[in-house]
Amino acid sequence: MEGGVAGQLRALGKDAQSGFLGRILRGDVGFIQVFIALAVIWTIFQLANDRFLTAVNLTNLMLQVTAIGIISIGVVLVLLLGEIDLSIGAVSGLCAGIMAVLTVQHGWSPELAILVGLLAGSAIGLINGFFNTFFGIPSFVVTLAGLIAWQGALLLVLGDTGTINLPPSLITDLTSTFYGAGVGWTLAVLVTAGTLGVGLLGRRRRQKANLEPPPLAGIVFRTVLVGAAMFIGVGILLSDRGVPLAVIILLGLTGLFAFITERTRFGRHIYAVGGNAEAARRAGIRVTRVRVTVFVIGSTMAAAGGIMAASRLIAVNQSSGSGDVLLNAIAGPVIAGTSLFGGRGTVWSALLGALVIGSISNGINLLGLESSVRFMITGGVLLAAVTLDAITRRRRSQISVT
Amino acid sequence: MARGEAKSNGEGNGAATEHLLALRGFSKSFGPVRALHEVDFEVDAGEIVALVGDNGAGKSTLIKAIDGVQPPDSGQAYFDGKRVRISTPQAAESLGIATVFQDLALCDNLDVVANLFLGKEVVDGVPVHVLDEVDMEQRSNQLLSDLSVTTLGSVRTEVGSLSGGQRQSVAIARTLIGEPKVVLFDEPTAALGVAQTAQVLALVKRLKDEGLGIVMISHNLEDVFQVADRIIVLRLGERVATFDREKVSPETVVAAITGADTAEMRRLEEQDQKGEEKTDD
Repeated sequence: MEGGVAGQLRALGKDAQSGFLGRILRGDVGFIQVFIALAVIWTIFQLANDRFLTAVNLTNLMLQVTAIGIISIGVVLVLLLGEIDLSIGAVSGLCAGIMAVLTVQHGWSPELAILVGLLAGSAIGLINGFFNTFFGIPSFVVTLAGLIAWQGALLLVLGDTGTINLPPSLITDLTSTFYGAGVGWTLAVLVTAGTLGVGLLGRRRRQKANLEPPPLAGIVFRTVLVGAAMFIGVGILLSDRGVPLAVIILLGLTGLFAFITERTRFGRHIYAVGGNAEAARRAGIRVTRVRVTVFVIGSTMAAAGGIMAASRLIAVNQSSGSGDVLLNAIAGPVIAGTSLFGGRGTVWSALLGALVIGSISNGINLLGLESSVRFMITGGVLLAAVTLDAITRRRRSQISVT
Repeated sequence: MARGEAKSNGEGNGAATEHLLALRGFSKSFGPVRALHEVDFEVDAGEIVALVGDNGAGKSTLIKAIDGVQPPDSGQAYFDGKRVRISTPQAAESLGIATVFQDLALCDNLDVVANLFLGKEVVDGVPVHVLDEVDMEQRSNQLLSDLSVTTLGSVRTEVGSLSGGQRQSVAIARTLIGEPKVVLFDEPTAALGVAQTAQVLALVKRLKDEGLGIVMISHNLEDVFQVADRIIVLRLGERVATFDREKVSPETVVAAITGADTAEMRRLEEQDQKGEEKTDD
């Protein structure tokens, strides 16, 4: 009907929009790029060392990524605002230090010590949020100051000893508890059934409301994917030590914050502030409150990650939370597609990004290579991921213009 | 009698209650600069009032005084016949005064539904405010079809990928979520192409047909003459003229905006009157 070159171009654009290739180019298929990257990394390491894909090593890998994964959840929320938190590493160390000192030197119960550690994180987030919103200081600077100051605070808290070893308690149990077949399979069934149920319920609601329902094939595809990952994952974990409590905590927190960001009003407001803070303010959203809350969540998750790291190391020392903790926790979500400029990304990118970075680190250790190689490869993957992201974004804006 | 000052003085304060929104004696100064001086203003339900004037005439200051962003130093406001105080944007909103901003306050990263309901999300569940996406999408479709906005495609499209006219349509539709009675437009067609301008003006007319009172700031007299019922001219912070669109020529309005001398104004107005009589016969 339209004819001419313009019409043909439009038809082409439509083709690209509906076709699978077009959806990949626009980045619509979500995490498929990350899954491909993960598959490539795993294949390479498996070819280089056939111990990589064993149950023992995969269980270790999962335990290694929990701390970074949990810190990254908070990072994602901060990035969604278009802000950054450079103090997360130092905060994770400091809060673990506070917890360790309280329970080991002051004899507090582990539960209470963990709680105070987490609250210390929340308080630091409140300070970050206050300086960012009240004085309008860029988060980059506020948290850079925090990075330095909280490292100092950790040295102060640890005192002369420098290292505090954690005796067996609830704290060490966090990363050394494994569940057997009963818990493992129940979890796999519940998550798979939940995915299917939520998909079908949502579809029914839309049908009832006379809205275009999502394709059934998509729901089935997602359920099969999640189900396969859960059952194969649980199967592998069970053939070693069992399903780690730490992994359940990581998945639970990821699911919880994915729900908060995608399904609740508060989550919608985070995306709005990250997308256009002025528009959000004019729409009556309390921007300051959203910002401060997100900084509090970010630092609290950093504290939680620090506690998990201490639990795994069975100690807190002067270098807790330093080194590449900060960089990996930020690089992970960015590798998995969360934008540094705010408003775009999901909490799942924390989990997937941690897996990518954890896999590289684990594989290189397994091959006995130097840290130098690990750093350079991680940096290369980060750059490649961001470049790929930039290309798909450009494609998307080109197609949407037609 | 087209001269504004005489008309409004004749009405006095008592008659202010007949209008949907009426302002009496609004003044605002920024230091030594007098931005508004004793300005009266009124808009009725189902009426489009165009607010015209040169840069610095006080149009934006007046709009900001109406929507509570920048309350005036003195003056009284009447809404639905009642004396009201519009000291904050929230107060304006709860009265039923909505503003469509010039620089399109939309979030590019969110879809049309999310933008329409921004800050007014429909939620269920009391402790946890879970978004009711189905309800919001249904109401978005309803709202957009009521407004005959059909060019959007899916309401799940990201706003960042829409054209300027489509974005303006979304921005206008969004103000209606709060069910306002008066809608203020600050340059609704600035930076839009010909077809998109027509689309937006049609939308403005449709709001008028729904019985809303519309106030529109515009530099574009062509747009003004297409949709406005009354044209209020501000110059140097004062209301200098009020015209009935059907009884005035663009030349006269331009003369009032630029401040042509009284003799010239009178000559133009008489010319308009004659033209009017001719068409009446």
